Amino acid sequence: MKILVCISNVPDTTTKIKFAGGNSSIDTTGVQWVINPWDELSLTRALELKDDAATGIKSVTVIHVGNAASEPTIRKALAIGADDGIRVNAESPDAWYVASQIAEVVKNDQFDIILCGIESSDYNGSVVGGMVAEFLGIPSVSAVSGINIENGQPVLTREIDGGKEIIALSAPFVAIVQKGIAKEPRIAAMRGIMMARSKPVKLIDPVAVEPLTLISVFEKPAPRTACKYIDADNAEQLIDLLQNEAKVI
Amino acid sequence: MSVLVYTENWDGKFKKLSFELVSYAAGVAKLLNTTVAAVSIGRVEENELKKLGNYGAVKIISVNNDQLVSLDSQAYASVISEISVKEGASVIVFANNNTGKAVAPRVSVRLKAGVGSGVSRLPLNVDPFTVYKRTYSGNAFAHVIIKSAVKIITLAQNSFDLIETANNATIEILNISVDPSLLKTSVKDVQKQSGKIVLTDADIVVSGGRGMKSADNWSPLIELATLLGAATACSRPVSDEGWRPHDEHTGQTGKIIAPNLYIAVGISGATQHLAGISSSKYIVAINSDKDAPVFEAAQYGIVGDAMKVLPKLVAAVKEIKK
Repeated sequence: MKILVCISNVPDTTTKIKFAGGNSSIDTTGVQWVINPWDELSLTRALELKDDAATGIKSVTVIHVGNAASEPTIRKALAIGADDGIRVNAESPDAWYVASQIAEVVKNDQFDIILCGIESSDYNGSVVGGMVAEFLGIPSVSAVSGINIENGQPVLTREIDGGKEIIALSAPFVAIVQKGIAKEPRIAAMRGIMMARSKPVKLIDPVAVEPLTLISVFEKPAPRTACKYIDADNAEQLIDLLQNEAKVI
Repeated sequence: MSVLVYTENWDGKFKKLSFELVSYAAGVAKLLNTTVAAVSIGRVEENELKKLGNYGAVKIISVNNDQLVSLDSQAYASVISEISVKEGASVIVFANNNTGKAVAPRVSVRLKAGVGSGVSRLPLNVDPFTVYKRTYSGNAFAHVIIKSAVKIITLAQNSFDLIETANNATIEILNISVDPSLLKTSVKDVQKQSGKIVLTDADIVVSGGRGMKSADNWSPLIELATLLGAATACSRPVSDEGWRPHDEHTGQTGKIIAPNLYIAVGISGATQHLAGISSSKYIVAINSDKDAPVFEAAQYGIVGDAMKVLPKLVAAVKEIKK
């Protein structure tokens, strides 16, 4: 079986977000770009499955829709351990466009398990994985916190309100993964970094797709009111304020 | 033309979230000069279905089918898409929760409908149709224009107030059978913790961080939460240390919540933690470090040792509950 991991290239999560171009885009000056945290966990789990010969996973490929500037993020995924990469050479204007491109690649090059992070930390869209599955007409399971292959049969753990469900299904499918899928993201070792240089990254031209959404402008969240301090020795005053001023208890 | 809203049920009951969704859909319908139809999938009694009418649904479509007992996103998307077409829906509203995230993108592809997800306000404009959504994990908001004829919105939980109206709703029981080839997942087992308040539903959350110092120090925090009817949560280092279970981790990579009141005890307030809680209506910070960034996000703060402050709060809550 072959796994495809969809990766997004996002600003490091500690980045102070600033805007440019009349607040229509983010100011990328000085931004450190990283693999989207959930995609990094997906990749880690995919590699763990491949390491276990009993799963029958033969290869792990990463795919990214983006321009040449995101090449280092693909190389990082290869250094962590992916066998090869695919880059659809295009800006990614919206989720519809990105999902269309990924689905097109999968139509031409079969994968058994497609992993997507539950959201990207930049756009917070949470839709690409489900769209890819629907374009391909294959099942998708969201909020996945565990993937195993038991006797050749994929078994997923899905988070539900106040618990979990264990789900069986057959490949091909899309799993949209969240926290819990892997303990810690795998870190690239020096040997992996050296090997990544010679691993193949296939460059694919995009298919013509009209985006369905457009960001017209960004704004910062409204500033919060200044913090009102209560003396620790009179901490019980907080309860009075919450009850009578904020009226939340 | 109409606004369609998918209202999930939990063991046959709706929650506050369901009514937020219908209230929101009614607000969108008013902007578009049209009406709201609500779709329910699963076994829900008529008197429960009727409650959706209290928030502005004019038509309530109930699909109850043995094939749809558990969530299969492919099958659910096919049912909701079919109803959308039948109702001539121009806007479809889902919750931005696990179910909405599973189903909305599949409906999007079926209907070639652009999605605005994690929306927290009524549309800013109807032409071009512009929604207001959370981006950069709460560090920015975007005005997003949806260009397609049909638009999908997923609404952020606890972002829209309930609006009650006169109830004129009619209930339609709809028999739709699903093509078996669309049912490819099967639920083998369900593991539920009973009696615990669901973190994403809680109005009040009491959360502990590294400042709690050890797994053994949690009892006053739990006591405070119990007295307030609150859910308990924690920061990432706490769940990584194994002091508390992983499903309590709130923050960018854990659960993203928006309660009315979030009490952060011994949490410094790293960007990644604030990303998960910044939509809370009120934030209280209790921390021994007066320079901790959590105080910048909080409306109320106490600089002090959690172990000394918590018992005082417990005593004060007991006093008002008398």
